[in-house]
Amino acid sequence: MAVDKNMKVLIVDDYKTMLRIIRNLLRQLGFTNIDEATDGSAALQLLRANGAGGPQGYGLVISDWNMEPMTGLQLLREVRADAKLKGVPFIMVTAESKSENVIAAKEAGVSNYIVKPFNAETLKSKMVSVLGDF
Amino acid sequence: MAATRVDEGLAARLEEIRREKGETIAVAEVAEVVESLLTTMTGDLTADDVQLYKELEGLARYIHAARAEISSINPGEIQSDLLPTAADELDAIVEATEKATNQIMDAAEVLEEVSGDVAPEVADKLSDATTRIYEACTFQDITGQRITKVVRTLKQIEERVDGLVRAFHPAGDDAAAAQPAAEGRAKAAGDTPSDEDLLNGPQSAEDAMKQDDIDALLADFD
Repeated sequence: MAVDKNMKVLIVDDYKTMLRIIRNLLRQLGFTNIDEATDGSAALQLLRANGAGGPQGYGLVISDWNMEPMTGLQLLREVRADAKLKGVPFIMVTAESKSENVIAAKEAGVSNYIVKPFNAETLKSKMVSVLGDF
Repeated sequence: MAATRVDEGLAARLEEIRREKGETIAVAEVAEVVESLLTTMTGDLTADDVQLYKELEGLARYIHAARAEISSINPGEIQSDLLPTAADELDAIVEATEKATNQIMDAAEVLEEVSGDVAPEVADKLSDATTRIYEACTFQDITGQRITKVVRTLKQIEERVDGLVRAFHPAGDDAAAAQPAAEGRAKAAGDTPSDEDLLNGPQSAEDAMKQDDIDALLADFD
């Protein structure tokens, strides 16, 4: 099944410049229906308000880890514990690059993991691995 | 040697200090206790007593010298002036890199917009170039996180220095301890700042003079 590039994507990062970078890279890949949040709790509110999947819900979450008050890992756990949200693809994009971080994220149910700094090709390849080719 | 009675007095003093200060006590009080111990050693002294006396005398001298040396480092200045200034400078770096990153991306987004108006092969090149610019801009996030870690470390150092200042400057001596050395230097040199005092680096946005103010100030000399 082809990837719908009109799907809603939620990007979460406490650095506004990083939100802008990811938004621009996604736009270059053809994804323009993008919402932003600057921490896990704000992201969770948007997710609960819009749901996951379908025309109104989010088709992908791309989140940083190190944020306050709610981290990306806490957000991931909340998402996976929520019956209505648990299926949404979730990519972690973070500078946390120790193996224990990757393991913890995997155990929490992350779909894929990108270490900062990253390039557009890495972002695309991880999205393809999660969503399918586009 | 009436050591027992005096030892009891010393023991009581030590207990009092332990009760009041816990494990952290001012160095001056340690020196005071050592000196008190020395005064207990009167009367006929054995060879062991003499050896102990020498050891204690050496310890007292060491404590006095260490106190003088650490005071001369001026931990008050480190705590009140140098560490906060370093943290402010690092915050200013984060702010400046964020501003620059946004300006770079403003320009890159304009390039992307005009790529629709040019030949497809040129548009592809522009698109590749802007992608590389966006990728390069991720440095700001990494730099910001690293600097945040450094600022956190500085705060920990500040807490340790705070403990040092408390240990070496009894209550009431804090104002003298915190007096910045730069102020002292300026006083010593009179009202005219030295060349060294003029080297302050870039100022924060709040403290920096605007160009118009500088122009007006220069005009006053005409």
